[in-house]
Amino acid sequence: MKFNDINDMTTQVRRDIVRMVHGAQSGHPGGSLGCTEIVAALYFNTMNIKEERNSDGLLNFSRAGIGEDVFFLSNGHISPLFYSILSRRGYFPVSELATFRKINSRLQGHPATHEHLPGVRVASGSLGQGLSVACGVAKSKKLKGDNSFVYVLMGDGEQQEGQIWEAVQFAAHYELDNLIAIVDWNKQQIDGPTEKVMSNKDLTLKYQAFGWAAMLLEKGNDLQEVIRTFDEAKKLAGSGRPIVILAKTEMGYGIDYMMGTHKWHGAAPNDEQLQKALAQLPETLGDY
Amino acid sequence: MKKYTYTEKKDTRSGFGAGMAELGKGNPNVVALCADLVASLKLDAFIKDNPDRFIQCGIAEANMIGVAAGMAVTGFIPYATTFANFGSGRVYDQIRQSVAYSGTNVKICVSHAGLTLGEDGATHQILEDIAMMRAMPGMTVINTCDYNQTKAATIAIANYNGPVYLRFGRPVVPVFTHPNQTFEIGKAWMVNEGTDVTIIATGHLVWEAIQAGELLAAAGIDAEIINIHPIKPLDETAILQSVAKTGCVVTAEEHQLNGGLGDAVCQLLSCNLPSPVEMIGVNNSFGESGTPAQLMEKYGLNAAAIVQAVQQAMKRKALIENLV
Repeated sequence: MKFNDINDMTTQVRRDIVRMVHGAQSGHPGGSLGCTEIVAALYFNTMNIKEERNSDGLLNFSRAGIGEDVFFLSNGHISPLFYSILSRRGYFPVSELATFRKINSRLQGHPATHEHLPGVRVASGSLGQGLSVACGVAKSKKLKGDNSFVYVLMGDGEQQEGQIWEAVQFAAHYELDNLIAIVDWNKQQIDGPTEKVMSNKDLTLKYQAFGWAAMLLEKGNDLQEVIRTFDEAKKLAGSGRPIVILAKTEMGYGIDYMMGTHKWHGAAPNDEQLQKALAQLPETLGDY
Repeated sequence: MKKYTYTEKKDTRSGFGAGMAELGKGNPNVVALCADLVASLKLDAFIKDNPDRFIQCGIAEANMIGVAAGMAVTGFIPYATTFANFGSGRVYDQIRQSVAYSGTNVKICVSHAGLTLGEDGATHQILEDIAMMRAMPGMTVINTCDYNQTKAATIAIANYNGPVYLRFGRPVVPVFTHPNQTFEIGKAWMVNEGTDVTIIATGHLVWEAIQAGELLAAAGIDAEIINIHPIKPLDETAILQSVAKTGCVVTAEEHQLNGGLGDAVCQLLSCNLPSPVEMIGVNNSFGESGTPAQLMEKYGLNAAAIVQAVQQAMKRKALIENLV
């Protein structure tokens, strides 16, 4: 997809996110908005995804993901972003976004495989588990001689979970250089600034000390920078080191009153706030 | 009473190792993971034959479960192995989200379950794992009784698509089941047909139930003995048919009374066929250090305890019959 089209996509995805969270009157808009460039770049530019489609024009989803790049969302609470991207990419009809968090929906509050939503390979939500799963897939790809990449997105608050560091040492030990992890380093979590709640200290040094190649992405909401960083990261395949992109993003990015605060981590806008948000985000590809 | 004999004693975990060795030769999708307990889990033969299909995870069980889930997504059949204590409670949430809820085809195979781990003491003697795993939606729970049954179960679960918790133990115990048995998930094994009482046993308590059966036979009591190895799904038909005939039950397991096999049997019977039940198990307590035999004696998990429980169950049955 051309750069300008991906840029339009990020605006539409942001509209989807706020409309979904408003529709459900629950969910997590802050992190979803902050990671929009990252996940859009992955699905519309960086990742090599098999393009076969079924008679409805939807992508044929293979859970095993053999011979294609795969993505895992470890911080499952930013599911509005994940669902919007998956539907806009063609995994399921965009109209289904209206069912987010509602009874009998495939779009559960946190991503699940239980309802067989195409595009989701494993459930996430209880934090700290996605990197381990991604390690298992990366290790499997090595064993199967499959040269495609495994991407996993985590939160910075999530780095407080001990299991993350078990997985970090596993990936380094097995030289999983087909694994590209991204940390959403927005420095906010539910209870406040991460520095106050439980400081991450220097994540770059931590990952390097564990044997990873660590890349700092200073402008995680600059689409061009995001795409360029992924291009650089892919060049590190074969280095024997797993790759982490520490992406500085802004929680709530794209909607002025949601930026610069943790208060919109897990809160839904009311009718008036929704209109205020949508006024800042032109409808580029058509609402669901 | 049907006669059961044995020529040797072996540990059930060696049955697991033998099953893994066979799977290593026959099923290219099977991979083994372990959290720094290779010798205890008897994985040496599998690793020797399939070094690439063994993934050492170090002392990091939570990550091991996640890695196993990821490998299952790609089509491998991962056997994630450690002690029962570290493969259940320690990683409950990882199993819940990445395995059971995600429906990944992971086999959690755990040794050193229960009191018979022995001298290491209560920190390692998990007696709650069956309860935890039974409560988890979608989880199959198996507890095997000897070397041959463990080997058969290990091989059989590779052909079942879904999460499994396979529990076995450390000490050497009599090898008394058939070396070429077929193992079917959800099917109990009729050890001995009888008419007076149904003894339902699992794991190391099956041999004790057979010993109890012989003592009871000498006293003129004809005990039916059923081995439940797949605790979930429970073979409800086998249990209900038996209890309809005998009218009273003794359950026996190396586990807490809360949430174990006995609880499962009581749940089934109270809803379908209320009958006197006596339960052999650990009663709301932790274990302690000692030899396996000393511990089984102290906590009342042996043939003598089963005989006593049978007498009590039959007394209660007689009371009910007299009322009628």
